[in-house]
Amino acid sequence: MNDLLFLIPALPLAGFALLMFFGKRLGEPLAGWVATAAVAGSFAATVGVFLDLVSKPEHERALTQTLFTWLPVGGFQVDVGFLADPLSVAMLLFITGIATLIHLYSIGYMHGDEKFTKFFVYLNLFVFSMVMLVLGDNMVITFLGWEGVGACSYFLISFWFQDDANASAGKKAFVTNRIGDFGFMVAILFTFATVGTLNYGGIFEASGAMSSSTATAIVALLFVGACGKSAQIPLFVWLPDAMAGPTPVSALIHAATMVTAGVYLMTRINPVMVLAADWVPWLIAIVGALTALFAATIAVAQNDIKKVLAYSTVSQLGYMFLAVGSGAYIAAIFHMITHAFFKALLFLGSGSVIHGMHEEQDMRRMGALRKLLPITSATFIVGWLAIAGFPGFSGFFSKDEILLMAWEKSPALWAIGVVTALLTAFYMSRQVFMVFYGEKHWDRPIAEAVPELAAEREAAGVHEGHGVGPSGEIHPHESGWKMTAPLVILAPFALGAGLINTPFWDGGKFLEHWLEPVVHLGEAHSTAGTGLKVGLALIATITALVGIAIAVVIYLKGRRDLAEKVEQPILANGWYYDSSIAAFMGGPGRKAFQFIADMDKKIVDGAVDGVGTVVREGSGKARLAQNGFVRSYALGITIGVVVVVALLLTKAVYA
Amino acid sequence: MTAPLLAAEGAASVSFPILTVLIVTPAVGALVVALVNRRRSDVAKQVAVLFSFATGALSIGALALFKTGEAGFQLVEHARWIDEPQIAWSLGLDGISLWMVVLTGILFPIAMLGAPPHHDEKPFYAWLLLLEAGCLGAFLAKDLFLFFVMFEIVLVPMYFLISGWGYDDRKYAATKFFLYTMFGSAFMLVGIISLAYLHAKGGPVTFDLQTLAENQGVIAKSTGRWLFLSFAIAFAIKVPLFPFHTWLPDAHTQAPTAGSVILAGVLLKLGTYGFIRFGIYLFPEAAVWAAPGLVTLGVIGIVYGAVCATMQRDLKRLVAYSSVAHLGFIALGMFALTTQGLSGSVFQMVAHGLSTGALFMLVGMIYDRRHTRQIAALKGLQKPAPIFAAVFTVVMLASIGMPGLNGFVGELVILQGSFLTRRWWTVVAVTGVILAALYLLWAYQRVFHGTPDDENASFPELRFTEGLVMAPLVGLIVFMGVYPKPIFDRIEPTVAHLVQHVEDNSDYREPGVAQEGEDVVPESERQGTDEAGDDGGHDEAAVTTSEGGH
Repeated sequence: MNDLLFLIPALPLAGFALLMFFGKRLGEPLAGWVATAAVAGSFAATVGVFLDLVSKPEHERALTQTLFTWLPVGGFQVDVGFLADPLSVAMLLFITGIATLIHLYSIGYMHGDEKFTKFFVYLNLFVFSMVMLVLGDNMVITFLGWEGVGACSYFLISFWFQDDANASAGKKAFVTNRIGDFGFMVAILFTFATVGTLNYGGIFEASGAMSSSTATAIVALLFVGACGKSAQIPLFVWLPDAMAGPTPVSALIHAATMVTAGVYLMTRINPVMVLAADWVPWLIAIVGALTALFAATIAVAQNDIKKVLAYSTVSQLGYMFLAVGSGAYIAAIFHMITHAFFKALLFLGSGSVIHGMHEEQDMRRMGALRKLLPITSATFIVGWLAIAGFPGFSGFFSKDEILLMAWEKSPALWAIGVVTALLTAFYMSRQVFMVFYGEKHWDRPIAEAVPELAAEREAAGVHEGHGVGPSGEIHPHESGWKMTAPLVILAPFALGAGLINTPFWDGGKFLEHWLEPVVHLGEAHSTAGTGLKVGLALIATITALVGIAIAVVIYLKGRRDLAEKVEQPILANGWYYDSSIAAFMGGPGRKAFQFIADMDKKIVDGAVDGVGTVVREGSGKARLAQNGFVRSYALGITIGVVVVVALLLTKAVYA
Repeated sequence: MTAPLLAAEGAASVSFPILTVLIVTPAVGALVVALVNRRRSDVAKQVAVLFSFATGALSIGALALFKTGEAGFQLVEHARWIDEPQIAWSLGLDGISLWMVVLTGILFPIAMLGAPPHHDEKPFYAWLLLLEAGCLGAFLAKDLFLFFVMFEIVLVPMYFLISGWGYDDRKYAATKFFLYTMFGSAFMLVGIISLAYLHAKGGPVTFDLQTLAENQGVIAKSTGRWLFLSFAIAFAIKVPLFPFHTWLPDAHTQAPTAGSVILAGVLLKLGTYGFIRFGIYLFPEAAVWAAPGLVTLGVIGIVYGAVCATMQRDLKRLVAYSSVAHLGFIALGMFALTTQGLSGSVFQMVAHGLSTGALFMLVGMIYDRRHTRQIAALKGLQKPAPIFAAVFTVVMLASIGMPGLNGFVGELVILQGSFLTRRWWTVVAVTGVILAALYLLWAYQRVFHGTPDDENASFPELRFTEGLVMAPLVGLIVFMGVYPKPIFDRIEPTVAHLVQHVEDNSDYREPGVAQEGEDVVPESERQGTDEAGDDGGHDEAAVTTSEGGH
């Protein structure tokens, strides 16, 4: 199998190349099928590798393949090499699997779009980059994938670039991520300078002799990169805006795969993390916990169906970092996998709703869609219960494990996690009730049905288009099979993915045993007794049910007065964090840049011009006509050179 | 008449004198173009393109003849010219100049084909060919006097190209370019002559590069430093390093497209190449002494150029300022004085030549279509011209440093190299990576995204012929990003030899790459430096792993 590892990234790359040059000719829908087939092939290859690993004894579960030397400069050698170990294969399975479903879904969702083939070009390039990120056996290949997914994210967020908001969102995502990349790049430089290799294997071998300060620097710098890619405080601002992209993109890139890259990276280097100073895991845990809580409070007051899910994603990623910081890498990956299933399901479900609602995204315009969109609503409800942590659903198991490990780190972190869980259950229930239950708000013109939304749009000058539905009556409809089939396939996973790591008996901890060889150096082990575990699980369950119950009272029973108390403007505006940054960048930041640019013109260049003027004035009468001055000077030089060369030639000849 | 002049010396150069032919071909081309009937501008263009293609083919030929793995000069040609003082037509190719020659050979035909002038074709092509001859001569010269002559010859055609075919403010820009560069060259001329005569110590005077460079110790340390500075001024202006850069935005913006492509792609490299060949190689001790200052200027240039680029309203001026930032990286890599840093710099010279050359071509095409370079006047071009936008995107991403494209390879190797000796400078330099994304993506958004108004909606798509011109640039950008090994394999022996030369002639020691698990602390930070958080005795032990540690 070693020699076939390259197929996993090569297939989507081939799909990308094929579509780039011949996509137009293939057209719709053939281009979409080609792209889907390429990714499906990649998934099949991953399954092959997985089965191969399973058949081996635990300590031999690592395949490597080196294709060629990429950067060879002295001792600085970087190969294009792959490492398929339990961690990367676990990730690849859900990445390529979900990507295949989302490609299929996109054939339906992007139907009729004039840039149909372009969409699949980007999507295949994304899968290639994501695979490189995960499969790379050294930090630079990971960085290659890291930047590649970032670029694809940029292309796809600004996919409908004619709208300035989408274009800005794309740029914002790229630039914000670059701030994080600063950390990643310095981490690469530092690692090579101190360890002498960038290969993960080499780094871990060397970790035995690594000083704590070196480990601290490497891990802290990588965490800066992770904060960018995985949208943690203070760099999360790009992710909510990233919803400007087509919904399959939100599902694949901005929920299931790319944004988890930071969690992957921190897990990958866990042997270094254990050597780092204590403040680094603490910092990671605190940032994660605060991000989880902060984003959840914002999600409570959003009306855009995708914005709720976006803030929810930020919040869930916060959980994963809370786990990483608590040394619970397995729990982090576990939650990453369950989250990938239920969040992809929720996003694709929301896409189906938006599709059925003729592009409308505001939940205030929805309601009572359950009967008209039976498949979408049934599967969405599964996703909702999973993320809310309803007992038995996948999110229940993975979140529980994180909360348990957070408790061992500090009860305060645990408390933040529980409050977040309450909010999660609440805002997701709110969404389900607003969209699928309650009264219809779409069977009349917008001005009649939702006057405040009509007024808002009037004021903002928003017109019908992506994200904004018709202002007249809307006739919602269920989506076609290409869109509902992925929902139906994902729903059982969202429900049952918890089974890969059930806490009830040791044999049920498949994921834990699977990942053990990769994380054994860094993984913290719980010392909690059964009583404590059950107690914490009970509290988490009650919390989730309370969150749902509150939402039932407010949104199902139609208590608008209470809803207004919850949906505070400060929450709807994300605590004014984003707008403050924007104001700073557009104000003092821009002024400072302008000041430097002006200074260049006036002072640095002014000095040069000044010298020129002084010389010219000083030369007085001697100077020739202004325009001819240099021209004749240049001619003089030419003639001079010719004469000198001629003289020298003569001298050479007659010497 | 030319018998003694071109008489080959030594058995090795009896064969085909490819380097001389490389220089002579475009020069003859210039002459032939000049002789073409004034009214047959089409013939002038065909002849010019033919000669530039021939030169390009010869440069590839030189690449094919070049022996990988050798550090010294190859394909050496030596012809006596003047015996007293000894000045010779002495040419040679090593791992550094090889790539400059190939870059020149590739870029000129592209610039000629892709950016034809709008009037007076004949002199335009003649000047371009003369310019090419001058550039090749400067890159190939192994004699200081010959180098100086070539270095100066370059100015003349460039001056006429800017002032004759440039835009509104061309006279001012051309004058500034000419006088500023001349000012620097004057110092270098003094430096060259002083060096030759001081080195002779009353004996026979020679301008031979290797004789002067390989016999260190003849010139006193302080004198050497003064001489280095006289060269450094000329090169710092040419590169240009902050704060000597202000001629560049004007010259780039006002020059015709072909002029901008060559200016950014090739001429600036005369400065960086000069720093390596006639700065570090001739004056290793002084280069070590001056390195902190030059690295600082480079790093300032990275940040400062990027900040200035962000605020430009003229697209071409923006690209020009981005060059200041990119050349800052090259300066950082050179004066890091490590094998990686120098190799990365040479690589980046080529990478920048291709990607910035391509950017100028594209901006020129935008100007030809819209007759404006003002970012505010452009909008939504991706809608009417998706392929054009796609090509722009690839080139832009290369410039931003996207892995898989050539800019990343150069930058990473430079930064890795400079991190070994200049840790904190490098960390500041990495912020340039963030800023590059900012100014290019913002510009891209304003020019290509949004809904085009009437004037922009009819923006013509990339034409087939334009595509043919851009294809080799984009192809090389990708190739160099994916498989840079053949390039580094040829650069590295020469660079490693140069670093050895510096070590032999100064107290500088290149820090060894760490053995796994050991920390190597940069030389500049060896005493009592725990800023990076390196604590504990473990690091102390590691310091001694680099040879000759104090």
